[in-house]
Amino acid sequence: MARIVAGIGSSHVPAIGAALDNGKTEEPYWKRIFSGFEKSQDWMRETKPDVAIIVYNDHASAFSVEMIPTFALGCAAEFPPADEGWGPRPVPVVKGHPALASHIAQSVILDEFDLTICNKMEVDHGMTVPMNLLFGKVEKSGHWPCPVIPLAVNVVMYPPPTGHRCFMLGRAIRKAVESYPEDLKVVIFGTGGLSHQISGPRAGLINSKWDKNFLDNLSNNPQKLVKIPHIDYMREAGAEGIEMVMWLIMRGALDDKVDEVYRFYTVPASNTAVGHIILANRGRGGARKSAAKAKRSAGKLKRAAAQAKIERIRG
Amino acid sequence: MARERHDYDDIPGTFVFDAERSRQGYGINMFCMSLMKDENRKAFKANEAEYLKKFKLTPEQTDAILKRDYNRMLELGGNIYFTAKLGATDGHSFQHLAALMTGSTQQDYAAMMLGGGRSIDGNRSRSGKNAPSEHLRAGGANKSASAKRKAKPRSKTRSAKRK
Repeated sequence: MARIVAGIGSSHVPAIGAALDNGKTEEPYWKRIFSGFEKSQDWMRETKPDVAIIVYNDHASAFSVEMIPTFALGCAAEFPPADEGWGPRPVPVVKGHPALASHIAQSVILDEFDLTICNKMEVDHGMTVPMNLLFGKVEKSGHWPCPVIPLAVNVVMYPPPTGHRCFMLGRAIRKAVESYPEDLKVVIFGTGGLSHQISGPRAGLINSKWDKNFLDNLSNNPQKLVKIPHIDYMREAGAEGIEMVMWLIMRGALDDKVDEVYRFYTVPASNTAVGHIILANRGRGGARKSAAKAKRSAGKLKRAAAQAKIERIRG
Repeated sequence: MARERHDYDDIPGTFVFDAERSRQGYGINMFCMSLMKDENRKAFKANEAEYLKKFKLTPEQTDAILKRDYNRMLELGGNIYFTAKLGATDGHSFQHLAALMTGSTQQDYAAMMLGGGRSIDGNRSRSGKNAPSEHLRAGGANKSASAKRKAKPRSKTRSAKRK
């Protein structure tokens, strides 16, 4: 059967994509951000997922204001990068996994989540930036390391789905994945956030205390997070910070108890607090081996992170 | 009909793009969306007022677009991801728009972001609801830990500034 082995949380700031595309990754401002994902890329190479489910939001690229689906699942064979006004990002077309995607659609709709099915969809930086951060830079002529199932969530028009609804959708996705007969190793991404506001006179808001608390609870006590009302996200984490509800879909798809493999947080990237976390399922039965491996690599990552910190302090 | 009141109207400096604004601002956002195409950008720049006649806009909305009053556009139903396309058509970076909306210079805005962003303290509420969210308190982070966290972005700022 297919199984979800880990969840990844990552911001999807467009300027990160632009920095990568324009060769600015070695500039100190950007290096600070990209270096925080180096260990994650090692982890990803070691984990070698067969499929990634990526929860993200569209930013007036594939969806305009003509149609605003709350949850839209990409069931197509491929998803071209969208032209966001400066030409499409120079990244490969994202290959889908139509068989697993349609299986998930069928399962979660019968579990009472009324998804929109997208058999043709372009994807914007909301999805491709986290892919770059975790998979590294991939030339346009190259290939992403695994197929991807996009799940676009409306967090642009208020109200987005509640945190609780997102968490429960994650649960339903997990159930769907586990009822898929083929042996597949699946990872799920929750993207967006963390605190940021890019609109109106309060633009520029960052709330690191909120972010830290969110990451702590995401790891250890997600039930606390599902109770947070939208007003609190918007007030504390900024009008656009409400994107963080998407991380709860990822968390809902994982075990109650998970291992925090890695975490990274820095302010700012452009107007946003960058947050990143990797949470690994401890595993049952067939998944145990990979969880143990994830744990070993967790130790390795923690040591490496500590070493990096020491070097930073010395440097 | 007057706008329905919502709990989030209490957040200062914020125009939440809700279902009502989405309906009212449909013309603004569809206009902005049209700027994704180069031929439309050229037609708009050639005669802005004429181009805007193609969209269902109120006189206030047209005025806000022509004056590049970004806050007013948001208030009248524009959404930032859409209005940013207008900024891009004018050749401005997003930070230019952000500075404009906050009433500061781009330099000051950039410096604020490098310094860790706009503080949440004093920016939670119009009506004095200044206590942090109970969901934030629930995490039980102690004071010294939060002070340490505050120091972190600043030190990174310095290294960023060295460039």
